[in-house]
Amino acid sequence: MGGYIARRLLSAVPVLLGITVIVFLIMALIPGDPATAILGSYATPENVARINRELGLDEPLWRQYLIWLGNMLQGDFGQSFALNRPVLDEVVERFGATLILAGTAFVLCALLGVIAGTISAANQYGFADKAITFAVLLGISIPSFFLGMMMILLFAVRLRWFPVSGMWPIYGARDAAALFSHLAMPALALAVVATGVIARLSRSALLEVLRQDFIRTARAKGVHERSVIWRHALRAAMVSILPVLGIQAGFVLSGAVYIEIVFQWPGIGRMLVDAILRRDILLVQGGVIVVAACYVFFNIVVDVAQSLLDPRIRT
Amino acid sequence: MTAAFLLFSRNRMALAGGVILFIVLLLALAVPLLPLADPDVTNTANRFRPPFSDGALLGTDHLGRDLLSRLLWGTRLSLAVGFAAATIAATIGAAIGVVAGFYGGRLDNIIMRGVDMLMAFPYILLALAIVAALGPGLLNALIAVAAVNVPFFARNIRGITVGLAHKEFVDAARLSGLSRPQIILTEILPNVLPVIVIAMSTTIGWMILETAGLSFLGLGSQPPQADLGSMLGEARAALISHPHTSVVPGVMILIIVMSINLLGDGIRDALDPRLKSGALSRPMAATRVKREGPVPEPTLDGILTLEGLKTEFHVGTRRLRAVGGVSLAVRPGECLGIIGESGSGKSVTALSVTGLVASPPGVITGGAVRYRGEDLIGAPYERLRAVRGGEIAYIFQDPLATLHPLYRVGDQLVEAIQAHQNLGRKEASAKAVELLRDVRIPNPERRIANYPHEMSGGMRQRVGIAMALANDPEVIIADEPTTALDVTVQAQILSLLDDLRRSRDLAIVFITHDFGVVAQLCDRVAVMYAGKVVEEGPTRSVLEAPRHPYTARLIACVPELGGGRRRLEAIPGLPPPVDRLPDGCAFADRCAKVRPVCREGDIPLAPQGDRAVRCLFPEEHPSREAAE
Repeated sequence: MGGYIARRLLSAVPVLLGITVIVFLIMALIPGDPATAILGSYATPENVARINRELGLDEPLWRQYLIWLGNMLQGDFGQSFALNRPVLDEVVERFGATLILAGTAFVLCALLGVIAGTISAANQYGFADKAITFAVLLGISIPSFFLGMMMILLFAVRLRWFPVSGMWPIYGARDAAALFSHLAMPALALAVVATGVIARLSRSALLEVLRQDFIRTARAKGVHERSVIWRHALRAAMVSILPVLGIQAGFVLSGAVYIEIVFQWPGIGRMLVDAILRRDILLVQGGVIVVAACYVFFNIVVDVAQSLLDPRIRT
Repeated sequence: MTAAFLLFSRNRMALAGGVILFIVLLLALAVPLLPLADPDVTNTANRFRPPFSDGALLGTDHLGRDLLSRLLWGTRLSLAVGFAAATIAATIGAAIGVVAGFYGGRLDNIIMRGVDMLMAFPYILLALAIVAALGPGLLNALIAVAAVNVPFFARNIRGITVGLAHKEFVDAARLSGLSRPQIILTEILPNVLPVIVIAMSTTIGWMILETAGLSFLGLGSQPPQADLGSMLGEARAALISHPHTSVVPGVMILIIVMSINLLGDGIRDALDPRLKSGALSRPMAATRVKREGPVPEPTLDGILTLEGLKTEFHVGTRRLRAVGGVSLAVRPGECLGIIGESGSGKSVTALSVTGLVASPPGVITGGAVRYRGEDLIGAPYERLRAVRGGEIAYIFQDPLATLHPLYRVGDQLVEAIQAHQNLGRKEASAKAVELLRDVRIPNPERRIANYPHEMSGGMRQRVGIAMALANDPEVIIADEPTTALDVTVQAQILSLLDDLRRSRDLAIVFITHDFGVVAQLCDRVAVMYAGKVVEEGPTRSVLEAPRHPYTARLIACVPELGGGRRRLEAIPGLPPPVDRLPDGCAFADRCAKVRPVCREGDIPLAPQGDRAVRCLFPEEHPSREAAE
């Protein structure tokens, strides 16, 4: 088991390197010249050359990449010019808020999705199945930002159940209850699409499994139908549901961008959009790399969970 | 294709989606012709007018622009961008996929590594990074959305192409001297095109959502031009005071994406062969019972009796009569063999006893199954559950498929025990070890921690037998339990079953297509053909003097009883299809001594002493040579 985890972690190294290459290349494509941006359009050619030398921009592209990578490995992601603060500090702070939001949404969509899909499959073509199928269709068709806005109108403005936006109350204690009331709506809005996708997949995975011989064996043993569905069939179906949970985690993590904007959540998505609009390139780079790395790591967790679930792949 | 079209038109939801999408598309195309206000003319005096006001059907926005006009122009733009992104992504992705899949080798390796790399990114993040590099704008948003969807297409199409690249018709094209690009264009592309179209139909909704999302963030279309996403983005500031400006574009996105999804699902379902055949329907907890006739009176004697059992499969309008009125009985301590070719209905008969036939499509349409006089057909689920594994237990054919692959065998045994006995985990575990010892598995204490895939075939089947014994059943139904095993292992399993029967006074129903096994284990044997018992009697006398021509032919196929394992297909012809059974004798077409009268009306199973035969002209001189 330990060996498997180690191998999986090791295989993430090239993926992470690839991600840095892609991000670096995308950013290198940016039109415009940093030296002119710093010095203004009346800069003399000598001064431009000097700045380029100081910034290392006269080096070949591959050396620039290695220097950049080396700096990052030492924790130096550069300085955000708009915020005038180290990129890493800002990213880490914002990423915490995103993790709270996306983590909650992920737990929600995984639980609700698998449960809804299982109920749907167990009652195939019945009322519950039709209701869930329709809800799922609605869920995967509604833009999360629109859903969030409608939730604000209904639950915050009209019913006053939850605060309109933000992560913490402006006045008052920053305790768990305050966080929960601020978190409920955005987490739900963020979870809806992924819930739909997971429910859909769980339903078909379960239907596939329910035809298998070992289900008949469980029934022939006299196992109650409830256990046949929720223990035997679901466990076997999880083998194909888990990888999709991994993919959906990526959707939730990056879909948080919209929700953070709608609900004024101080997360990394909102930071990225602001940084893009301000052309704060180093901040964009840092943010993208940290989120992508987190996603890669999460997929390793999914793989390990998969191997715990299925003893046949643990070799 | 016509069948697919039928299914598609029967799917009303997909049809509704198609109709709505068609209307929206029509509207979008006709926008320049419609008498609409200019979408970009601002009139701040008239800002935030509510819907249904004069001259503005849907009201006006924060700059006093006509919302209806902006909505329709925005819809046009959003649709155009979405379709364009989907087309670009599909074209580039498919090109990459076809090249990687067709050329294979290192090129394939490098390309797919790159694709994996891109897929390691959370999707929207990559789009954001691309927009960050190119700068905000609708065209750049389109490029970004198309780019992040390329890997999806590349991967799908590569998979299909790899499958095609080794097909005969591609080899033929190679041999005929076509160059590789020519083969790709003439042979590969026409075959992957449908897949590309389907993949597009399922992703186009996403792409519209994503471009709308980028515009919503202010990274897509720039003012004054507006697509649906940026309309929503601009309206957000006035969400609480004037919700209608947000609701109008939001609902439009919902309608478009939903109709596309409905249509896409319909297309996918229509093309999925498994849906057509009903192979994706959930089998119910117990077989459906729909008796078409009275319950037969009990006439047979035994712990388990079947009388006139009829089980059918209803597939579409066809009725497959798998079991057409089977009567059998087994007494305690007795072993009854049921023998027949595959498809003769022997397994379905066995599964019908406790309602284990997959349903749909299975339906029990008549007869009775009595356990100690109690009819199990149509018994309530809780009663059936108590019987299953409690009083009547099963052993199935292939224990690798019939044991749960993800649970330890010990846990599966414990579950079987706890399903019927009120025992704690610890006592049940101890009992599981005992059971494994009873079926002669060495080191049972260690073996209970094994998963099925960690055991040999023989050991797995012993576990299957232990599971059947878990609750001291009265009857065991063994459905070809030794077919998947080696001959030596088979002999061990058979002697184990025989010992258990004698020591526990078990009634065993043993299903097989192997006369050798029958001779070794069974007291009596019933021969099944096309869903009916054609001959029955004590094993020795049936084997030595078969009376039904079918039985005689079957036995003649086995050169030496108990020795060979030759298959039974040596009889010319095939059994009749069970949805078109002929009148009269089902074996008539394959019988050497068939006469016209054999094809007229039902032939009863005629008892004769301790034997019975369903034949008008039973064999008079049993062929002793064949039995030796």
